Amino acid sequence: MVHRRSVSALASLVLAGTLAACGSGTSDTSEDATPDGPVDLRMTVWTADEGHLGLFQEIADAYVADHPDEVSSVTFETIPFEDYTTTLTTQLAGGNTPDLAWVFESNAPEFVSSGALAEIGGTLEATDGYEYEDLLGSALDLWSNDDGLYAYPFSNSPFVMFVNTDRIAEAGQTQPSELHAGGEWTYDSARDISAATVEDLGGAGLVVRDFDYTAWSNLASVWGAWGAQPWSADGTTCEFDSPEMVDALSWFHDAVYTQGAIPGPGTAADFFSGDTTMTITQISRASALDGSFEWDIVPLPTGPAGQPGVIGQAGIGVLANGENPGAAANFLAHFTNPENASQLSQYFPPPRTSLLTTESLAEGNPAFDERQLEIVVEAIDGAATKPSHVNYAQVDTATRSALDALWTETGDAAAVATEVCAAIDPLLQD
Amino acid sequence: MTSVPTLPARRRTMRWRDRDALYGYLFSAPAVLGSLAFVIAPLIAVVWYSLHEWNVLANTFTFIGGENYTRMLTDAALHDSLWASLWFSLGVLVLNMTLALALAVLLNQHLPGTTLFRVLFFSPVVVSLVAWTIVWGFLLQADNGVNAFLAALGVTGPNWLRGSVTAMIAVVVVQVFKNVGLNMVLFLAALQGVPEDIGEAARLDGAGAWRRFTSITLPMISPTMLLVGILTLVGSLETFALIDVLTDGGPGTSTTVLVFYLYRQAFEFNQFGYASAIAVLLFVIVLALTLLQWQTRKKWVFHES
Repeated sequence: MVHRRSVSALASLVLAGTLAACGSGTSDTSEDATPDGPVDLRMTVWTADEGHLGLFQEIADAYVADHPDEVSSVTFETIPFEDYTTTLTTQLAGGNTPDLAWVFESNAPEFVSSGALAEIGGTLEATDGYEYEDLLGSALDLWSNDDGLYAYPFSNSPFVMFVNTDRIAEAGQTQPSELHAGGEWTYDSARDISAATVEDLGGAGLVVRDFDYTAWSNLASVWGAWGAQPWSADGTTCEFDSPEMVDALSWFHDAVYTQGAIPGPGTAADFFSGDTTMTITQISRASALDGSFEWDIVPLPTGPAGQPGVIGQAGIGVLANGENPGAAANFLAHFTNPENASQLSQYFPPPRTSLLTTESLAEGNPAFDERQLEIVVEAIDGAATKPSHVNYAQVDTATRSALDALWTETGDAAAVATEVCAAIDPLLQD
Repeated sequence: MTSVPTLPARRRTMRWRDRDALYGYLFSAPAVLGSLAFVIAPLIAVVWYSLHEWNVLANTFTFIGGENYTRMLTDAALHDSLWASLWFSLGVLVLNMTLALALAVLLNQHLPGTTLFRVLFFSPVVVSLVAWTIVWGFLLQADNGVNAFLAALGVTGPNWLRGSVTAMIAVVVVQVFKNVGLNMVLFLAALQGVPEDIGEAARLDGAGAWRRFTSITLPMISPTMLLVGILTLVGSLETFALIDVLTDGGPGTSTTVLVFYLYRQAFEFNQFGYASAIAVLLFVIVLALTLLQWQTRKKWVFHES
């Protein structure tokens, strides 16, 4: 009996503890209770780059030195990219909430609408010298709702086409930069050049980097040129079965299985190792180029609907359930003020109009010449962000599963697109 | 007067007995407390969570009774994952036990070089599972590894990880190759425990090699077969990392086994309550299958009837 009683006592204890942890209500997002003394702040990030982390720490140390009464330390905790959101939500579930966190654009609507993030617009605007009006309105859209701004989009990295000019010259093809200058840089020409180089030289033609037949949202850089989008702007209606999307997917399927311009699933191809003709990726990947071949960047090719451009964004938010949302928001205002945003721009294209110039980007991107940086700046202006949704994780998984049927020789884009919509329509309306 | 000295003696005996009991409790306390804190309490907590809708991002924890359990009845993706689990576990169980037993019988022969082969077959067991799976991921690519080997033989191999059936075959084989060495060693130990004189007597009576194997060896090692069967089945139902690294549950949902579906609900979809209900379902399934194997042992395990 004693034993049984002790079991139930311990179990009740554990449950009581868990419930207490779970039951703590949402904290006030605008003001937190004044802490007794300086606090330790923690920000989760997915970069492990020593250059990035060194700069972050430098900015943080300067803030700590200036505000010894408010903050005693700022720690940047790296979580691997692949498991980032999963690990972050596990930390939230376990009550180990960080004060600030990087958030992927795909998760933005979910984080913004769920109440996980604190409103920070007020703090940023009220901070002396912040120049809030300098922030690019279109960059903030994804991170805002009617009540305000919930994260600062510190990185706005456009997708461009990296080209291995050595391979193209060797295969006797026209360089994409020439085609672009003549207004003939289209997806069809990119496909034909890629297919020709593969036939002549082997290796791979056009690679949509990181797509790998699973991360389908990377295809946004392709279907945008057909004027397609995966779902309606309000996120409630599937548009995979639109004629534009079906045409875009058919083009891609044929480029893989008929023309051999794009390597098929299960094939390893890496542009930066030199055996791939061209790749669609973000400019931040330029650091992987080692000078073993000549390269260039050109804007994304145009399609039947032109080329609206695509950017990948990442935001920094203040967790509403963190211990010190007020101190965290003040630190974020310092971390992203004009001076520090300029420093950060050497790694991450900032959302500040004044900094999105070829001159300021040139300082941090010595790998690019002025013409190439103009391409970068133009690519950011007016670009759409990659797909995102308030129920993104489920929609993503369901879409990927349904799209798998397309990645076979006999895959039929129209039939698969209908299947995708059947799978995700209920999730979009959830 | 005579009773006076005996009373303190009896009290002393009782105290010693109490002290023995105390020592007993103290010595077992770490194990009992550890088990309570890390096995029993989480189990109770999972049942409790399964009765709630728990959204981590919104920080809500609402009691919804049995809703998560009724949701299971209509969740088609869960039903798919149950089928995937069935095929995966069945494949692993049959292939692993057959292969392990065949290898053990072969390596039980007194031939030169058997020690080397025992080491070779056992070595995958000590290799990191993730490293093992990543290497297999490369080997199973469309134009590499396995298919390059098949091409050399004039056979065009399928794109293993992109077809529903071939992906399931691939994950079963990779899982079996990883663990077959352990079962082989268990079978080998059992085979070496079979008395040679029984086989010898049967041989003199005219029993052939196959008859001696089925009528003497198999019944003699049946307790080990029960153990290996339970361990392999439970292990296969809990396979996660292999699926996560090799197929990510695809193509489609063909290799989304129950544990992987549970992980996805909890850590990708942030539906911890529903995931907890699936964890309870998995617990019940594993418990039921283990009990079933245990209960039927009397019918086929030597010494148990």
